[in-house]
Amino acid sequence: MKIHEYQAKQLMGGRGIPVPDGQMATTVDEAVGAVRKLIESTGNPVVVLKSQIHAGGRGKGTFKEHPDVRGVNVITAGIDGGVEAAEEAVRDLAGKMLGSTLVTVQTGEDGKVVNRLYLEQGIDIDRELYLAVLLDRSVGRNIVMASTEGGVEIEKVAEETPEKILRQEIDPAVGLLPFQANALAQGLELEGDAAKNFGKFVTLLSKMASEMDTDLIEINPLVVTTSGDVMALDGKMAFDDNALYRHPDVAEMRDPTEEDPAELEAKAAGLSYIKLDGTIGCLVNGAGLAMATMDTIKAVGGEPANFLDVGGGADADQVSKAFEIITEDENVKGIFVNIFGGIMRCDVIANGIVEAVERVGLQVPLVVRLEGTNVELGKQIIEESDLSVVSADSLKDGAEKILELTGESR
Amino acid sequence: MSILVDKNTRVIVQGLGKTGQFHTEKAIAYGTNMVGAVHPSRAGTTMTFEGETDHSGVPGRDDEFSVELPIFGTMEEAVAETGANASVVYVPPPFAADAIMEAAASGVDLVVAITEGIPVADMIKAKRYLQGGNTRLVGPNCPGVITPGECKIGIMPGYIHERGKIGVVSRSGTLTYEAVHQLTQLGLGQTTAIGIGGDPVNGTNFVDVLELFEADDETEGVIMIGEIGGTAEEEAAEFVTLAVSIPVAGFIAGTTAPPGKRMGHAGAIVSGGKGTAEAKIAAMEDAGIVVAETPSDMGEAMLRALG
Repeated sequence: MKIHEYQAKQLMGGRGIPVPDGQMATTVDEAVGAVRKLIESTGNPVVVLKSQIHAGGRGKGTFKEHPDVRGVNVITAGIDGGVEAAEEAVRDLAGKMLGSTLVTVQTGEDGKVVNRLYLEQGIDIDRELYLAVLLDRSVGRNIVMASTEGGVEIEKVAEETPEKILRQEIDPAVGLLPFQANALAQGLELEGDAAKNFGKFVTLLSKMASEMDTDLIEINPLVVTTSGDVMALDGKMAFDDNALYRHPDVAEMRDPTEEDPAELEAKAAGLSYIKLDGTIGCLVNGAGLAMATMDTIKAVGGEPANFLDVGGGADADQVSKAFEIITEDENVKGIFVNIFGGIMRCDVIANGIVEAVERVGLQVPLVVRLEGTNVELGKQIIEESDLSVVSADSLKDGAEKILELTGESR
Repeated sequence: MSILVDKNTRVIVQGLGKTGQFHTEKAIAYGTNMVGAVHPSRAGTTMTFEGETDHSGVPGRDDEFSVELPIFGTMEEAVAETGANASVVYVPPPFAADAIMEAAASGVDLVVAITEGIPVADMIKAKRYLQGGNTRLVGPNCPGVITPGECKIGIMPGYIHERGKIGVVSRSGTLTYEAVHQLTQLGLGQTTAIGIGGDPVNGTNFVDVLELFEADDETEGVIMIGEIGGTAEEEAAEFVTLAVSIPVAGFIAGTTAPPGKRMGHAGAIVSGGKGTAEAKIAAMEDAGIVVAETPSDMGEAMLRALG
């Protein structure tokens, strides 16, 4: 589960990790109302207004409705014009940003509607660095990743100048050790207070990662201020869904407007569903087989409409729900059911399919490929039903048949 | 020969809930030597499993089984009383990593974790705990391990397997069944089939299994089935170049998966341009692995690799 920048900063601040002061706003008035307090409490007339969406690249992104407005705006009107001028500038920008569609390198062409803004104090930046705590799957441990190249895409740094990426492995038995924090500070060419402050920062951050079950904490940029403070200027955080039961406060931070409603509906029914842009709906048991089914549809010239894994122990109700979710997608021109019945018997699955199709009232062609336990019985049930269902003998055969029936092949 | 499990494997089941009971019965029906259970709230009692065996009607084999399994409060006690050398974990996710560590502490050689949905932080800890010890972990979030005709630990349908000469190793359950089914139909059969699981942090990896298959006299070829996410397939490809002499065929799922989305398995995600199917397929082909275009072609790919 991902959370917004302002939520990540709230969590970091609560654990003593330095972040700038700020205030979240969902209306123009809220944003304007926060300006005076922020300027007066920090003494800095500069404020920053940031769009809150679950996608990166906001600083360079622009709004569909206002191509001249960026996703993140530094407001300097307060330097000469005082609080009132800053408020006026925030009113103008917030009005354009809220409810508008922000397009960044990570949102895709459709962009994302901005419903929340974060107003933050301006910071006098000396250096911009990169810092992240994430899982290194090849060793099965979290690592701290840092780089002097802050504020740019880390993937680019990794590709072009891999020597500029520093890494320290966190031993879960002892946590990040002081010598490791020091090695990172040295590698980042930090001295004096900045080095000391960085050491504290990275130690707290690595502790947070293990205690709060994060999948990823990425701070880009981590800034060193002109006075030697080390601060998270941005904060991206994602949590392990399987561990959310331990963190009800984090679970509450979920922003449903950032998620696909059909995906949420599927999750509630115990299904794993991801919507894609194609026309062939698929219903499969097992994640690997579900991916492979999509791949095969593509390989024979079609485009999959979704990923859908009904899991190993799916019952008739779940199969029925799966059909509902697939058919709600208007792009779907045909459905391919691909089940390798292991412990689940094919006759049970066949009955589930027949029931579900009758209940949902299917309007598009359906190809069913069954394999595994009691497969003959399963095929018989499908063939003897009144449904216009076509049986397939293999995954490839099924993919070819559904494309033939829908006329969707390229 | 085979790898990891055979007719001498003595198995304890950890977690006798609905799933644990169901699959314990199936394992016994298959002929697995289940010797006990650990389920603290029912310690000191027994549970009887009865039914028809999978080889009912086969001359010289039992048609029916009736096994009374003793239930223990701890793994230590279970191992001491039964001489078990393996365990299978069906414990729910919040307690599963602890069950894995308990199994390791009890000294069994092998622990197979079926449970899906264990927090990553718990697995990081468990992996650290197992480091340097003598217990091998397979999984979690996997179908298990089977040596056809001898021992089935996990949730795979036993009857699709047939003893033969190909080793199977996979991150996906149902794709393993696809491969096994095709190998059986082609008459190649399997020595041992191992699901290493779909989680980002797991115990045994492709490289470990490839090493075991390479050293096994009976295994004449290997099918390895990977998917998007991580770099385990790339590491395996490098290992194949360096240290595997038997033919290897493979398949990678997820060519069409959109980046940044988790495809059902916790570990199946392309992030930051890493872990793509294309990179994995390229690495495998560079290592001389015959990669099937679709899962329907996995058996054929193995035949091609065998030459």
